[in-house]
Amino acid sequence: MFTILEKRDLADKICEYVFEAPLVAKKARPGQFVILRLDEEGERIPITLADTDPKTGRIKIVVQAIGTTTNRLHCFEKGGAIADIIGPLGTPTHLDGFKKAVCVGGGVGIACIHPIAKELKAMGVQVTSIIGSRCKDLVFFEDEMRAASHELIVTTDDGSYGRKGLVTGPLAELLQGADKADVVFSVGPVIMMREVAKATKPYEVKTYVSLNPIMVDGTGMCGACRVSVGGVTKFGCVDGPDFDGHQVDFDLLMKRLAMFKEMEQQSLGLWQKEGCKCHK
Amino acid sequence: MPQINFKRVPTSERDPKERARNFEEVNLGYTAEQAIEEAKRCLQCKNRPCVAGCPVEVYIPEFIKLISEGDFKGAIAKNKEKNNLPGICGRVCPQESQCEAKCTLGVKGDPVSIGKLERFVADQEIKDGVKAPEAPVKNGLKVAVVGAGPSSLTCAADLARMGYEVTIFEALHKPGGVLSYGIPPFRLPRNIIETEVNYVKNLGVQIKMDVLIGKSTTIKELFDGGYKAVFIGSGAGLPSFLNIPGENSNGVFSANEYLTRVNLMKAYKFPNFDTPVWLGKRVAVVGCGNVAMDSVRTALRLGAEKAMIVYRRTSNEMTARVEEYHHAQEEGVEFNWLTNPLEILADEKGRVTGMKCVKMRLCEPDASGRCRPEPIPGSEFTVELDTVIIALGTSPNPLIAQTTPELKTAKHGNLIVDDKYQTTMPGVFGGGDAVTGSATVIQAMGAGKIAARSIDEYIKAK
Repeated sequence: MFTILEKRDLADKICEYVFEAPLVAKKARPGQFVILRLDEEGERIPITLADTDPKTGRIKIVVQAIGTTTNRLHCFEKGGAIADIIGPLGTPTHLDGFKKAVCVGGGVGIACIHPIAKELKAMGVQVTSIIGSRCKDLVFFEDEMRAASHELIVTTDDGSYGRKGLVTGPLAELLQGADKADVVFSVGPVIMMREVAKATKPYEVKTYVSLNPIMVDGTGMCGACRVSVGGVTKFGCVDGPDFDGHQVDFDLLMKRLAMFKEMEQQSLGLWQKEGCKCHK
Repeated sequence: MPQINFKRVPTSERDPKERARNFEEVNLGYTAEQAIEEAKRCLQCKNRPCVAGCPVEVYIPEFIKLISEGDFKGAIAKNKEKNNLPGICGRVCPQESQCEAKCTLGVKGDPVSIGKLERFVADQEIKDGVKAPEAPVKNGLKVAVVGAGPSSLTCAADLARMGYEVTIFEALHKPGGVLSYGIPPFRLPRNIIETEVNYVKNLGVQIKMDVLIGKSTTIKELFDGGYKAVFIGSGAGLPSFLNIPGENSNGVFSANEYLTRVNLMKAYKFPNFDTPVWLGKRVAVVGCGNVAMDSVRTALRLGAEKAMIVYRRTSNEMTARVEEYHHAQEEGVEFNWLTNPLEILADEKGRVTGMKCVKMRLCEPDASGRCRPEPIPGSEFTVELDTVIIALGTSPNPLIAQTTPELKTAKHGNLIVDDKYQTTMPGVFGGGDAVTGSATVIQAMGAGKIAARSIDEYIKAK
């Protein structure tokens, strides 16, 4: 069992959890993820790590309640415990060899871009981060991201906080001029990552996106997480989750993410009907 | 001298129509009377040819003699002297090509039903209550075992019996490896796995779940942590696909994924369990090994109206056990021999609508001795489907080799081992699918057994 040491509400339906998971904390590198399972009836879902501390053996994840598992997790309180956390999984983000980076996080992906920005800054790379949310109430990790970057730009779709519009607006500005960024890292909704890749393509700036395909075991056994990159099938859990954004078939990814949509809705409906059985 | 009986006592099975819609075990096994009758057929050959056919060297004539005398407790004890997983072996071993293939009775009639007898004594013990084994005297030496599948469980149990302090590290949330995620409950009920894993634990073996060696910790760190040797039984890795157009459409699954959802995650109990599984009405499984049989029969149980095997060769070349093939036939599975998929077709949402195939013919045997299939020009046709399951085997899991440069692998990622199952890294041994690629449970167990002996020799020589 893995105990919840801290739980914090970050925004509407977005919570931060700190777990004790020493093996994960000791080995995790930016870009890696864990698979978690709540209990005997639970499914296995991948969640990218938001922060880790090898000294204390703690890991941090940020979860937005969307489906059954994420809604069920939000019923767990501090001191509660979930059945399984395994990791760190996936290939760490490639961070070497850059001078000037733009880190783009959207929605709950802001939490996932955090360790990448933090590590780049520690490595001496000039980091500008752009974090985007739908509205002011959904903005989170502003302090964390400010600390992890040399410059931080916050955007909201409706302009209720920071700059109005999408993350691609300020991104385009950073890609111009002689002093432009030499790499872009992006984590967020599929559509956002697709648009980020589209925006950087004309400037030929290396763009990494962190993909979130459906996974089951997450250790390179089941092949559920197939994605197409440059026309070649790759396995998200072991070859990724980071891939060259200019090569990814985002359309396929979106179709595959919708594979179990009806059943997911059925499951969520059932959970909502039964209500939250709180785990203390 | 009693008269030789060439006819084996049959076991009863659930009605094919009824069982094809549920996950209850198909074969009902022997009753005590039937088991005694079958055991009496054994000739008790002095040269014990059957034992030579058993990768884990079970005392076959000896345990069968005890059954014939009605001493079931004695029989299971005798069996367990060599085999730590009798209820599992009795069900999933291909006995017809191993111990039973060597049975003297088989020359003129039916070989003794060794597998069903082994299963009988294991089940009988569960009914009577499994006696926890006496904990062996510990020698204080630690051995790490990677993975909790059949080869690892065998290796760990044998080492524990020798006195080693064994810790198994398992990546998934349940022990058993392929026994838990791959083999469906209608062939191997979950309580059998649980009972036999518990038996291994009672020998003093510790099982740590949620640890992925190569990621959570490394082989080198295990040695640094005081382990004297490591056994790698990490099993299957990435599934093979056909590499044809449309293979990433929604409704195309590797057998590994499909079976893991159903068996390990209990998706057949959705929505009471959270993991969903694709409920296909017209399902094709590509391949014709045991995993293909498990997949196609699972599809039927999940409500498929049509479940078919698509295989580019014929029943003569298939690798599935004859018993599984017959069970699948009885349950209504359709077999499309000499058929090779060319393309998977999908609608605008990316969902499978069909599969374009071509008919094949068998030509002269190639270097491997197997007839090479060749497409018949102009024989292309399309079959309407909503689900395609690819059961073409797997390559060994690459994670450990990737993070342990000392471990040399062959072309397909298989760990290279010597005849003692030692890898290219001193003190590190390997067995099961991690070494052979997709193979059988009993082959994996055999490797685990020999590796346990080699590990003992290695540590003692140090």
